[in-house]
Amino acid sequence: MRPDEVTNMAHGNAAAGHGDHHGPPKGVMRWLTTTNHKDIGTMYLVFSLAMFLFGGVMALLIRAELFQPGLQLVDPGFYNQLTTVHALVMVFGAVMPATVGLANWMIPLQIGAADMALPRMNLFSFWLLFFAFVLLISTFFVPGGAPAAGWTLYPPLVLQTGNAFPMAIFAIHLMGASSIMGAINVIVTIVNMRAPGMTLLKMPLFSWSWLITAYLLIAVMPVFAGGVTMLLTDYYFHTSFFNAAGGGDPVLFQHVFWFFGHPEVYIMILPAFGIVSEIIPTFSRKPIFGYEAMVYAIASIAFLSFIVWAHHMFTVGMPLAGQLFFTLSTMLIAVPTGVKVFNWTTTMWRGSLSFEPPMLFALAFLFLFTIGGFSGLMLAIVPADFQYHDTYFVVAHFHYVLVPGAVFGIMAAVYYWLPKWTGHMYDMTIAKWHFWLTAIFVNVLFFPQHFLGLAGMQRRIPDYPTQFTDWNMVSSIGGFGFGLSQLLFVWLIIRCVKGGQRATAGVWDWPHGLEWTVPSPAPYHTFEKSPELH
Amino acid sequence: MSIVKRNSKLPAAAGALAALTTVPARADWSLLNMPKGVSELSRDIYDMHMIMLWICLAIAVVTFGAMIYAMIRFRKSRGAVADTKLLHNARLEAAWTIVPTIILIAMAIPSVDKLIKIEDMSGSKLTIKVTGYQWYWHYEYLGRGVSFYSRLARSSDLARQRGSGIDPNTVDNYLLEVDKPLVVPTGTKIRLLLTANDVIHAWWVPDFGMKRDAIPGFMNEMWVSVDADKPGTYRGKCAELCGADHGFMPIVVVAMPPAEFEAWLAQQELRQ
Repeated sequence: MRPDEVTNMAHGNAAAGHGDHHGPPKGVMRWLTTTNHKDIGTMYLVFSLAMFLFGGVMALLIRAELFQPGLQLVDPGFYNQLTTVHALVMVFGAVMPATVGLANWMIPLQIGAADMALPRMNLFSFWLLFFAFVLLISTFFVPGGAPAAGWTLYPPLVLQTGNAFPMAIFAIHLMGASSIMGAINVIVTIVNMRAPGMTLLKMPLFSWSWLITAYLLIAVMPVFAGGVTMLLTDYYFHTSFFNAAGGGDPVLFQHVFWFFGHPEVYIMILPAFGIVSEIIPTFSRKPIFGYEAMVYAIASIAFLSFIVWAHHMFTVGMPLAGQLFFTLSTMLIAVPTGVKVFNWTTTMWRGSLSFEPPMLFALAFLFLFTIGGFSGLMLAIVPADFQYHDTYFVVAHFHYVLVPGAVFGIMAAVYYWLPKWTGHMYDMTIAKWHFWLTAIFVNVLFFPQHFLGLAGMQRRIPDYPTQFTDWNMVSSIGGFGFGLSQLLFVWLIIRCVKGGQRATAGVWDWPHGLEWTVPSPAPYHTFEKSPELH
Repeated sequence: MSIVKRNSKLPAAAGALAALTTVPARADWSLLNMPKGVSELSRDIYDMHMIMLWICLAIAVVTFGAMIYAMIRFRKSRGAVADTKLLHNARLEAAWTIVPTIILIAMAIPSVDKLIKIEDMSGSKLTIKVTGYQWYWHYEYLGRGVSFYSRLARSSDLARQRGSGIDPNTVDNYLLEVDKPLVVPTGTKIRLLLTANDVIHAWWVPDFGMKRDAIPGFMNEMWVSVDADKPGTYRGKCAELCGADHGFMPIVVVAMPPAEFEAWLAQQELRQ
């Protein structure tokens, strides 16, 4: 045979065997060995939902204990374990993996790429995350129990943790490694694999928000890893990074932590900004207003997130100039955030609005995230923060930006793209029930916490003076209402995966973007040939 | 005395009004809003808080109003047709970038002189060293030879045990009572030196407006001056997570007129 014939035959064989070779294997092996971005995206999303429910159960235990004064259900030490692990699970196990799952599913579909650039690393980062949480959750069963120093892990308190200490630190290292790999994957994919003709400033805003999120992750995760490693050496090797007796400073850890921690909150919220920027135009039936301003606003927020960290620690006693600097830089974040809110509102202006479930969640996001923004502005003013700091006012603030903010953004995304993933429309009645119950109870749950904080109830306490009873009861009722409503969400998703009315390729009235040009459900392989852009 | 002078600076009318409204206003709003408190600093902070609150409410009315208007006016079900040409408006976008920047800087300016005042420790007449322990406080009147521990009162401590069978509502000042309160003179600038013995704590009495961290190995400071006409008992708690009993280390401060305070302190000196 001539060499070129060999080549031809090899080519022909490959083409013939294509379907068998690249189709998903059956059963559990599909999920263990897959390098397909859609499968990995699904695994991230399912994992995230499981962690959301687990973190939610811990939150309900907290709210049950706080239903009335006195200790009824848990001991104070275990209560602190619950608040600590609830936060770590919700931040690193629920919100972040959900946005990574959405990135895996949607970025290749939005930019016209066949898959993520580094598929094996993609799978690796998922399993690292999975075992990080196996490790973290297993700390409940070791002597001394789970970490109980708050998710902020402040020393010296965190150094009183029992056997859970090295496990928690190692779990955080695994989560960080997983996040960094995921971020590298997103950046490499977006930079190299966009369809010809899709310049950066033509890219959908969800992909844009994730590109910037990925840079934030790469910048701050190593800082956090460094901080917790210093905790580890203080604990085991008698270094004194955070021990004043050895020349260290406990406040140093707070600086390191919040240098990571503040960008971290944008890591959670920026993808939600991207999602809302996809959904509001679709259901307003007109393109986003001020597309470029939206991109620059995300970039400005990301930049500012690096120079505001000390607003989390105004009470540690810092120089006057430092307090003023961090007040002003924090308030400036309201400018690009305001631009985004105004642009979303103007996108609806002179539109043709309809209120399908994704739009309902996006609108609730718009209102309730803005409330969280207002309380954030108030917290930025130092003298007032001396009263707000470490009270339920802060708890209300960050839950408003994270639950009706980030979580509603993720739920909006699920309702928006679920028909694309499963090929079925979901039950609109259940979806609307889920929305209204969730949107009402989230306010019953968190709004009274503003009052509690202002009236003087501090954070992270299992029991409280009796004058706080009424609003705590209201908040707990809201908590149980919110938690139980999420069962509707789970039920709706299971039913939608199993069957339902066939979804069209476009799904919605006014689809825009490449993901709506492929059939529903999206085939296992999409865009093996780059799409034509016009 | 300088203290009297400072109080006389307050407009008399405002003082009278405050005296008339304080009691009923606190009864109604104390569970919804920040306390005005009993010191110049706490009132400054309360004013900042209220200014911010009103500005935020005003902005909320405008932005939420626009959103709600758009949601009602531009519904597809009412036959609205999308204007797909509305994509940019450089002037509008510049306006809603520049105007908020100016508003925000204007919001931050009034905090500057208040902060300078808060950080000015000069002219204090009494220094008390406050040390946080897991889970109680220690107070030391520097140079006066008086020091003591202050712990959660026995009645609260019994009731707060899991399965105690005691209804917290039957306990006076549940979780807000100590065995031995800190005593301070009214109308006097008092400097507090804050530190901790084990982990980070934070000393906070809402009526004084301030909280500050007590950090092991370091000394933080803050000042407190209770109004001369507001002697009384003021309650607070540790505000920084410090372990299992973080919620069970309250702070009680009894403020009394300087003469009474001196008598109390002399008596304590004799005992120690």
